[in-house]
Amino acid sequence: MKNLKIIISGFLVLGTMLANAQTPKGSVLIKNATVLTVTQGDLEATDVLVENGIIKKIGKNLNANNIEVIDASGKYLMPGIIDAHSHVALDAVNEATAPITAEVRMADVVNPYDIGLYRALAGGVTISHAMHGSANAIGGQNITLKHRYGTFSPEDLYMKEAPRTIKFALGENPTRVHGRGNGIQPRTRMGVDAVIRNGFNEALQYKKAWSNYENALNQRGSNPVPPKYDSRLETLVDILDGNIIIHCHSYRADEIYALINTCREFGISNIVFSHVNEGFKVAPELAEYTMGASVFADWWAYKFEVYYSTAYNAAILMENGVITSINSDSGELIRHLYHEAGKAQRYGELDDQQTLALITINPAKQLGIADKVGSIEEGKQADLVIFNEHPLSVYAIPQMTFVDGVKYFDINDDPDDMRLKVSASEALEPIYLKEHEHRCMHGVDFFFTNFGRNLFNHTH
Amino acid sequence: MKKMKKLIYTCLLAFLPLLASAQFDGEFIKPRTGKFLLQNATVVTVTKGNIENASVLIDAGKIIAVGQNIADTDAEVIDCSGHFIYPGMFDGGSRLGLVEVNSLAETQDYAEIGQVTPNMQALVAINPNSVAIPVTRVSGVTTTLALPSGGIFPGTAALINLNGYTPDQMYAGFKGVVLNFPSSARRSTWDRRSDEDIKKEADQAQKTLNEIWGRAETYYQLQQANAELQYYPEMEQLAKVLAGELPLLVEVNAATDILSAIDWIQSKNVKAILTGVAEGWRVADKIAEAELPVITGPMLSIPTRQSDRYDASYTNPGKMAKAGVKVVIRSNDAENTRNLPFNAGFAAAYGMGKEEALKAITINAAEVFGIADEMGSIEQGKKATLFVATGDPFETKTQIRHVFIDGYRVPMSNRHIKLYQEFLERSPGLEKN
Repeated sequence: MKNLKIIISGFLVLGTMLANAQTPKGSVLIKNATVLTVTQGDLEATDVLVENGIIKKIGKNLNANNIEVIDASGKYLMPGIIDAHSHVALDAVNEATAPITAEVRMADVVNPYDIGLYRALAGGVTISHAMHGSANAIGGQNITLKHRYGTFSPEDLYMKEAPRTIKFALGENPTRVHGRGNGIQPRTRMGVDAVIRNGFNEALQYKKAWSNYENALNQRGSNPVPPKYDSRLETLVDILDGNIIIHCHSYRADEIYALINTCREFGISNIVFSHVNEGFKVAPELAEYTMGASVFADWWAYKFEVYYSTAYNAAILMENGVITSINSDSGELIRHLYHEAGKAQRYGELDDQQTLALITINPAKQLGIADKVGSIEEGKQADLVIFNEHPLSVYAIPQMTFVDGVKYFDINDDPDDMRLKVSASEALEPIYLKEHEHRCMHGVDFFFTNFGRNLFNHTH
Repeated sequence: MKKMKKLIYTCLLAFLPLLASAQFDGEFIKPRTGKFLLQNATVVTVTKGNIENASVLIDAGKIIAVGQNIADTDAEVIDCSGHFIYPGMFDGGSRLGLVEVNSLAETQDYAEIGQVTPNMQALVAINPNSVAIPVTRVSGVTTTLALPSGGIFPGTAALINLNGYTPDQMYAGFKGVVLNFPSSARRSTWDRRSDEDIKKEADQAQKTLNEIWGRAETYYQLQQANAELQYYPEMEQLAKVLAGELPLLVEVNAATDILSAIDWIQSKNVKAILTGVAEGWRVADKIAEAELPVITGPMLSIPTRQSDRYDASYTNPGKMAKAGVKVVIRSNDAENTRNLPFNAGFAAAYGMGKEEALKAITINAAEVFGIADEMGSIEQGKKATLFVATGDPFETKTQIRHVFIDGYRVPMSNRHIKLYQEFLERSPGLEKN
């Protein structure tokens, strides 16, 4: 009996330990850097003290015992870069089986072994928004990842504090996959709008059915039958209740405006438009009614709906007061988002502060995590990057990248092969001439092939 | 009364031209030639160092003087104080002008049906009015190699300048026959062929290549012997390679394929340029030894192998240049060929150095294309294909102020800029009165 007690208490302790299993948190003192805080200007020759994963103090002549001290004289320290649209570390991207698949979750397909995570860290990116693809008008639920590369557990990558987000998609992709591919709605932009409205209205009915049921339960003597549980509609209700941020793949001004109207009608204000190549045409509306736009620096003309784009999109949006970020949507671009942001200086001459915001505090706002990351401020999580030169210079090379104060990339400790796992099924390591750059249509590429040849160089 | 009517009509008629011109607002700016004096700049000649406080005098398409204290009373003076003059940048491989919208088959003119189509002329398919051309040239990229792609011999590439209304006005004096060398690599991460299938396809392609080449050699011999030959346009074009009139542009990327390609080229004794060469750094010494020039890029691409260092594609051109290979950089893009200088910037940052990287997109390219007597640097007598920048053109924030192509001052405008002008402050804004 006594033994049993010990065993039980042993399990209890183990259980508590597992429940509180924490991702690593580091402490470090970075000295004498030019600190680009993003929200509070640039601080010359300044120290940043990180304790247990949190920025404890920013100032001069800081000291600390028993923790690593890094001399960053002549170097630049900026907040970890945040990618508001990525498909890194995902084993699957599109559940292209219905125009609405709100029930699926990208959290279920996170692959911690993806070398793309390390490559992103080597480009200073500490957080990525791993998204469902753009095949469906309402796609799956995304997952915000912190790049804690080296773990074998997908859960360790989740940024658990981040709010839930979901993927929507407008225009050519959902109409091609469902309308032209499967012969069902939507085949046009009218259809996309209708599919989303139908979804929201069905969700309202579902919500009402449940609240009727719950009200009936409280009535003495009644024995109501519960409505059938539906995780798809459950998710749509959460969107309507403001508990999920929409991140919507979109290109053309007309489709963006249509969804803004639909969202206003349903009282939804938590919406970010992604790609938004023609966002500049409805910049005042985006500024007034949405959480902003997450754009490419210069991609255009890879399909018809982006033919009338401009590389000045980010600058126009910023100048119109739209919360704007620059994202990668690509395992290649994610490695140099600092350079992509820099292009907003070539095209529109944004100042350094505005430009750095495009890849730090602004994507943090769009993901609902701006109180925790996205700038160098005391009390925020210590996601940091050290660059040898100003990060907006084409000659800038990331030197070290920290997530929660833990160093995950160090250019001076960067052995040749940083893979966590070598595929047993590959006799020879495959050589890839290029990544398929735009991953939004991953998994539905058969809709894009013809005569055995991939017609799309860019299938985003 | 009749007189009055006549008077009114006469007045109306007189005003007609005014009324007609009043239908359009604003002036359309065209490229224009003439005599221009670019004054008070730092001239980055590339071949003869930098000259401070210098001027470049342009007349009728040519650079007629470079240096300090140049004066000319009839030239249109452009003050370039504090700015830098560079030779136009070359992109050593691009689909610019061969495609308008990437996903629309109707606008893809770079890949013909068939494995052996060396007679397909990229120059014929160039659309001088492609929207992407002005978008590209305002970046200082003035000259691109229009590259067909597809089968084993997809066609003949042509070097073009990004100004002109016909392909012939754009042609910059170089053509080369593209050979996609049999590849053991996967085309992309979407390429899900098995290892066996890849090898089988590569072996088959190698067999086909050797067969075709054998036929081309026979054709060429018969041609030399003045034999009467049937119309065979594919062989006609390959015979030009055998005659040394056109070089082969050998697209090859994986290290083992590069070595095979070098052997093949040497055994066939043809003039060749290696293109792609993504894994060139693995066999850089062998490429240097074979004295084959290389057109590589983009730098902004992922490493070819998962086990490679994250920066393998950034460091590739620098490693090849250090081994003694003559390196030219390409974007391998279409609509974003304007990113060429940023590719060069990454190459520069990751080991190549700024000077070598600049050469790689100017004089090296001109030399490899055999037109270094006319282009690739700022020297007296060369074509006035150059641009004025506020600083280092690789730097992202640098602004390009003026671009000259063959002595034409091209307008610093394009659709991207016009949309910026229209939408920066939209009218009506949020509210309409």
